[in-house]
Amino acid sequence: MKPARIRRTLALAALPALAALPALAAGPDLGQAQQQGTNLTAIAMFAGFVLVTLFITYWAAKRTRSRADFYAAGGAITGFQNGLAIAGDYMSAASFLGISALVYASGYDGLIYSIGFLVGWPIIVTLMAERLRNLGKYTFSDVVSYRLSQTPLRCLSAAGTLVVVAFYLIAQMVGAGQLIKLLFGLNYNVAVVLVGVLMVLYVTFGGMLATTWVQIVKATLLLGGATLIALLVLAQFGFSPVALFAKAVEVHPKHAAIMLPGAIVANPVEAISLGLALMFGTAGLPHILMRFFTVADAKEARKSVFWATTFIGYFYILTFIIGFGAITLVATNGFYLDAAGGLRGGANMAAVWLAHAVGGNLLLGFISAVAFATILAVVSGLTLAGASAVSHDLYASVFRLGRANERDEIRVSKITTLVLGVVAIVLGIAFETQNIAFMVGLAFAIAASANFPVLFLSMFWRGLTTMGAVIGGWTGLVTALVLTIMSPSIWVAVLHNPAPLFSYNAPALFSMPVAFIGCWLFSILDTSARARSEKAAFEAQYIRSQTGIGAEGASH
Amino acid sequence: MSSDIASRVRENPKFAELIKKRNKYSWTMAILMLVIYYGFVFLVAFAKPFLAIKIGATVTLAFPIGLGVILAAIIITGLYVLRANTVYDPMTRSIVEDAR
Repeated sequence: MKPARIRRTLALAALPALAALPALAAGPDLGQAQQQGTNLTAIAMFAGFVLVTLFITYWAAKRTRSRADFYAAGGAITGFQNGLAIAGDYMSAASFLGISALVYASGYDGLIYSIGFLVGWPIIVTLMAERLRNLGKYTFSDVVSYRLSQTPLRCLSAAGTLVVVAFYLIAQMVGAGQLIKLLFGLNYNVAVVLVGVLMVLYVTFGGMLATTWVQIVKATLLLGGATLIALLVLAQFGFSPVALFAKAVEVHPKHAAIMLPGAIVANPVEAISLGLALMFGTAGLPHILMRFFTVADAKEARKSVFWATTFIGYFYILTFIIGFGAITLVATNGFYLDAAGGLRGGANMAAVWLAHAVGGNLLLGFISAVAFATILAVVSGLTLAGASAVSHDLYASVFRLGRANERDEIRVSKITTLVLGVVAIVLGIAFETQNIAFMVGLAFAIAASANFPVLFLSMFWRGLTTMGAVIGGWTGLVTALVLTIMSPSIWVAVLHNPAPLFSYNAPALFSMPVAFIGCWLFSILDTSARARSEKAAFEAQYIRSQTGIGAEGASH
Repeated sequence: MSSDIASRVRENPKFAELIKKRNKYSWTMAILMLVIYYGFVFLVAFAKPFLAIKIGATVTLAFPIGLGVILAAIIITGLYVLRANTVYDPMTRSIVEDAR
């Protein structure tokens, strides 16, 4: 591989900065892709997936009547099913294509990225999952506003939800458009409209039940497909990973350097800041938090995290094998390379071409279809989380002061879904040629700096008051946003200024302390009568969070 | 939850015991994960020669360590769930029964 090709591969797949990582792995920023020849096998398989999901939606629609059905699938999802669905939310097309492309380009560095995404889960299960389930009903705003003032807290967490959802959604829509050019050889706009229409159908008709099962089907297909590729790769090396690594070192232009951490973690401050955003951002992502309310009780909630962690960890090990497989089987085969020696269709094609190398056109089509299905499932979850923030938090709790009837609330949620679908399509098309590498990184940073501190303190600290939570949460949100705008990934890469105003792409190391200190300081300064009664109300909340007495049941 | 249920739970010595035990275990596990992960990040950032030590012909020490962090995340999650299912759930159930 020529140096120029490596540079290009890195620029496309990984981007030079660490903070580009969430964009890459949690949600696709697949860069610009060249439109490929029409791939009928892939289109046929994807059509099959769409038919199955529409049937699921039809089945779910008949079972979705009440508010609890719509937001939380009636609380009837099991821990195992929910674990698969959470893993599905997390294993996006870009974690699959992007991380394997990164391993293909730099070897070991890909593993460093995946580890960052995994390590938030043990923290979630030990500290948060059970309390969340015991206190919440449909959204995490239910938890933060449990003993604090409804209107300001619901507004804050709805804003946190919508901002995270918006950035995440744009990244997914652009990724979908790029992928469909790449994998199916279809037009960008067709892909964006298709994704928008299907996600609106799933969410409006099937609510959380359909969204969950679409995610489960996709997670199963993705895990199965990745397992198959990894096994077929290993089979060529007598099932010896060591033989695979040896061959990779022999043929990769960086040779033994691919067996070591490379330049990616060059800056420790950036690495730690990114690590914080990944670890705690996960615990503040609204579409993930919402899944804790779809299970019957705290026990099922914690079981879901165990299954999710297991599936996600297993999946990252597979992508590592797939990346090394691509080094040995794709980079050495001229059929997959363009004139300049790069991968045909762009750097993110490593896993896709590997599927072709080990399984022919059929496996190529299957993997392409699964990659696209993945985006579809992830955007549905995001849209449902956004719609719930509008209907449950803003409409029912703030606007109607908790007196909205179920039918109106569900109707508002469905209208919001439709609006979000249209907005997502318009933004997806508008951002086609924009550099959106910062977006999912920003979503994680905001989740870690606004949603997580308020949620965590509301459950763990008696002293948190409405004033502290509101000031701390908003400052965290604004700090993360402003620092990201001033960082190289927007100030230089998007706005084309010569130098950044803030030198790190990952703001969490700075914006998280700002949020925590804001919450603490303005809580202890708050000596109002309301603050006293909020502190006094902590004990009842604490007992419920620890024992589950009074928690929302699984019944409809 | 009515206030007399809350006060019965609060005054139950089993509740204090549950909280003490569970908090100790969950914070220990959470901090263990933080130490393992940030230990790994620091090794990657500052101790590359250590990670470059060869074990076998091609594989470096970086591999078992990286894989170890992934397995540690799964094991820590599993251990907590196991302990919660077998120890804390029965304790919680008995506290809830007492309060009724």
